Amino acid sequence: MYQFKRLAASAAIGLWATTALAQDSITVAIQLEPPNLDPTGGAAQAIDSVLYANVFEGLTRFDADGAIIRGLAQSWDISADGTVYTFNLAAGVTFHDGTTMDAEDVKFSLDRARAEDSTNAQKGLFAGITDVTVLEPLVVQVTLDQPNGNFLFNMAWGDAVIVAPESIADIASNPIGTGPFTFTDWVQGDRLELTRNADYWGDAPALESATFRFISDPTAAFAAVMAEDVDAFIGFPAPENLPQFEADPRFQVLVGNTEGETILSTNNKMPPFDNVLVRQAVAHAIDRQAIIDGAMFGLGTPIGTHFAPHNPAYVDLLANSPHDPDRARELLAEAGFADGFTTTLKLPPPSYARRGGEIIAAQLRDVGIETEITNLEWAQWIEEVFKNKDFGLSIVSHTEPMDIGIYANPDYYFQYDNPDFQALMEELNATTDPAGRNDLLAKAQTIISEDYVNGYLFELAVATVAKVGVQGLWVNQPTAAVDLTGVSWAE
Amino acid sequence: MIRYALGRLTSLIISLLVASLVIFAVIEVIPGDPAAFMLGVNARPDTIAALRAEMGLDQSIITRYFDWVTGLLQGDFGQSWTYKTPVAELISDRIWVSLPLAIYALILSALIAFPAGIFAASRRGGPGDITIMGATQLGVAIPNFWFAMILVLIFAINLRWFSAGGFPGWGDPLQALKALTLPAIALALPQAAILARVMRSSLLDMLGEDFIRTARAKGLTRRQALWRHAVRNALIPVLTIIGLQFSFLLAGGIIIEQVFFLPGLGRLIFQSISARDLIVVESVVMLLVFTVIVVNFTVDLAYAAVDPRLRAKA
Amino acid sequence: MSRNLIIGAGLSVLFICLAALSFIWTPYDIEALDIPNKLQAPGGANLLGTDHFGRDILSMIMMGARTSIAVALVAVGIGMALGIPLGLLAAARHGSLLDELIMRGNDLVFAFPSLVIAILITAVFGASAVNAIIAIGIFNIPVFARLTRGAALPLWERDFILAARVCGKSAARISVEHILPNITNLMIVQGTIQFSLGILAEAALSYIGLGAQPPTASWGRMLADAQTLVSIAPHTALVPGFAILLMVLGLNLLGDGLRDWLDPRIRVARV
Repeated sequence: MYQFKRLAASAAIGLWATTALAQDSITVAIQLEPPNLDPTGGAAQAIDSVLYANVFEGLTRFDADGAIIRGLAQSWDISADGTVYTFNLAAGVTFHDGTTMDAEDVKFSLDRARAEDSTNAQKGLFAGITDVTVLEPLVVQVTLDQPNGNFLFNMAWGDAVIVAPESIADIASNPIGTGPFTFTDWVQGDRLELTRNADYWGDAPALESATFRFISDPTAAFAAVMAEDVDAFIGFPAPENLPQFEADPRFQVLVGNTEGETILSTNNKMPPFDNVLVRQAVAHAIDRQAIIDGAMFGLGTPIGTHFAPHNPAYVDLLANSPHDPDRARELLAEAGFADGFTTTLKLPPPSYARRGGEIIAAQLRDVGIETEITNLEWAQWIEEVFKNKDFGLSIVSHTEPMDIGIYANPDYYFQYDNPDFQALMEELNATTDPAGRNDLLAKAQTIISEDYVNGYLFELAVATVAKVGVQGLWVNQPTAAVDLTGVSWAE
Repeated sequence: MIRYALGRLTSLIISLLVASLVIFAVIEVIPGDPAAFMLGVNARPDTIAALRAEMGLDQSIITRYFDWVTGLLQGDFGQSWTYKTPVAELISDRIWVSLPLAIYALILSALIAFPAGIFAASRRGGPGDITIMGATQLGVAIPNFWFAMILVLIFAINLRWFSAGGFPGWGDPLQALKALTLPAIALALPQAAILARVMRSSLLDMLGEDFIRTARAKGLTRRQALWRHAVRNALIPVLTIIGLQFSFLLAGGIIIEQVFFLPGLGRLIFQSISARDLIVVESVVMLLVFTVIVVNFTVDLAYAAVDPRLRAKA
Repeated sequence: MSRNLIIGAGLSVLFICLAALSFIWTPYDIEALDIPNKLQAPGGANLLGTDHFGRDILSMIMMGARTSIAVALVAVGIGMALGIPLGLLAAARHGSLLDELIMRGNDLVFAFPSLVIAILITAVFGASAVNAIIAIGIFNIPVFARLTRGAALPLWERDFILAARVCGKSAARISVEHILPNITNLMIVQGTIQFSLGILAEAALSYIGLGAQPPTASWGRMLADAQTLVSIAPHTALVPGFAILLMVLGLNLLGDGLRDWLDPRIRVARV
């Protein structure tokens, strides 16, 4: 009996010890599993979610609020004409395989991304680069063909991280970067493990190790959090379940903003949407609050233009398109569609689109516009809607930060062609003083809002459910990232 | 027998050839450019072209078909476009979920169906028989994915006895079995209902056969006759059904794998189609079809070896 | 008339009536959403509660019955229309190359995992009720072809067929005039079973998003929509599930009852 008691006691101590140990490791769940681990070779956001800032670093980076801060480049000089950037790299940086990170690696990474046979999904970020020269082991000079106010912002993207030439062959399965965590293991279909990089050049992270789990099914996600199988779920997939977590003292729910403007994309070249009156009628037919309540269970901020509401340059233009079905019917009659018309509504897989689509279809039917709903997979959506522009309406969230420039491209899938707007964007690119830029951005937002280019619905929100005690997680999602550098457990 | 086997072998090869053509052709016409999907909406046309070249999509259809088939013949399933790992590796990972799940479900279904079928047959017409037959009617009618949702609601969300989905790997076999338990039950129940009905009716057929009458004439009770002679002989049709169910379970677990979020073969196909990882889709589908055709071929030969009449008939 | 037949016919007729009624009347309009009124429990103004868009679930079930029945019925129709002639042909030309070709073709279709093929078909043509019908219909063809051939073969040995042959009737005429009437009962019974399997298949396809598209109501999609709501509003998942269960149960009982009533010797295939 005595022995048994001792055994029990030591078991208890063992148990206590593991709980104490668990405090410097974390299990975070995200919805999507990365298809491979090469952030420079694919568009899948899940790759960045796992690796950005944790395993890979770029010259610059986004901080938790979306500001551009120093990364591997500790300082930089910009030539007077704005076309030559000279970056001074951090000293003593090594890749996880032990090799030194220097200017040659930067040159290699940038040249690889912009090369003829590059498969970088965001090759456009590097389009203006004409030359990359190594000046000194830790000094690299990048020359652009013209001034680009966004260049430092571009270099912060996950697609612009610095990689080592030796690791490229296996990068998709064995990523080697310079970040605070090293990649340890990936059980495909289930989880991926990271361990603290003992030789990290910057401040050491608080966590010893981290496990990412991939749970895309909302029911499984709910059960995994409830059962405390995971410590945090970033981007919880079912907003309808959030009130249950909020009511539970074990959990904290963080709701943050993203860069995702969710819009009713409208094919501006396809009749009758080439008529601004019809687009305006659509805008008045939409009840944003019903969509946010019905599709997102209240999560999301209404927008009146294609711009993130948390951005200082945002202009509230909701007054241009209040929900007013009578006005919508009048406008349709004025445009010659008193009896309404029929169009297509092609929806990609996310639930904001599928659920939102059903609601919008009902709202449009109310003013006389019939829609044929087609649910598409992403691959089909890219081909049919994005590439072939074979659609009347679609719903999609544009998650790239600061992407109002897409309205200046007449070939972009919603085919908005307005020379005034295009001129405005050129002026914006050449403008560097912040006040002037904000003025131009406000003008741009107003133009597209008053032209009713697309139906502006809401800014996508991101919900994080975490155990009480987890601190330092990003609340907002300025870019797809789960940065664990500052994450720790409360005492 | 050899002539019969050769004939069957020829038709097996032709079937496989036709199957490979059909699969390749269907997958060829699926809309959605894999390279454009992988690179997303901001990709430039020259980037997409570069990736297409890297994936071999710039070659002619005929070249790609022959490359694929000659690869398969040499046991080379190709390289996944999204995962960038060999398809064979993906399959061997996933099959360690799907195969154990199918076996687990099959064992469960046999464990339920055998006693139920034997009991019902031995109490033919009695209240026990009627109850069991009524239950099997329900079992056949229940949609297994809905049953799975109900299981999750009760045992994972409310009681928290099981996790609602996911698979921890075979590192800890007990945890792995636990993760497969709810899915196996969801798969097994409708199969058990069918199996119990087959068991019962083939037992009842046996009871009418001469050798059972002889056994009973020798003084065995009805129940003794049932146990000693009928059950063994009734197993032949039952095993045939089990064979059919097994290939169904292997490929048909797709929805259950979806509900429980299991990284099995079914979900691999599903994910690969939406990611347009077509090389994975065609190889996995071909593998499944190959399995079924070869199993049928073996069963045909086995039957023919046992029963010479079949050879003449076909 | 057995108990099976009565219960089965009762349930089947109930759902068919609900579907038929939905053409002229449903308690609420399911195309008008009423989001503030979402996820109401059963009882009250909505007998079976409301879904996540505030739609009346009873009305959805009625409209969904229509979709299920239409898809399954047409799919079985395709299977019969193509499968029975193929089976008759194979039996009439028993032992020929044609027979071999038809039977091997059947085996080949059976060798494909049905759900995977359904997914491929919808990947090619897009998700819709019509494509669900095609996907389910294809797998009904070999069922009927095999069954017809199996039932027709022994008939060809019978005296009355021999007599007809002696009279100089063509194989085609014999198949239609003498063989077909003798296998009708079998086809009716198997047809009922395939109908019930079709209902299940339609539900499964629309559950994974490959069936009829909104705003057309479908039981399988109601279940898919309810998946994340099951912990807050269980009725959204229970009601459509029971609808599928009862409809399929009814058809199965009807099939068994019909078999006992028409001809107890009939053996049906259940795969």
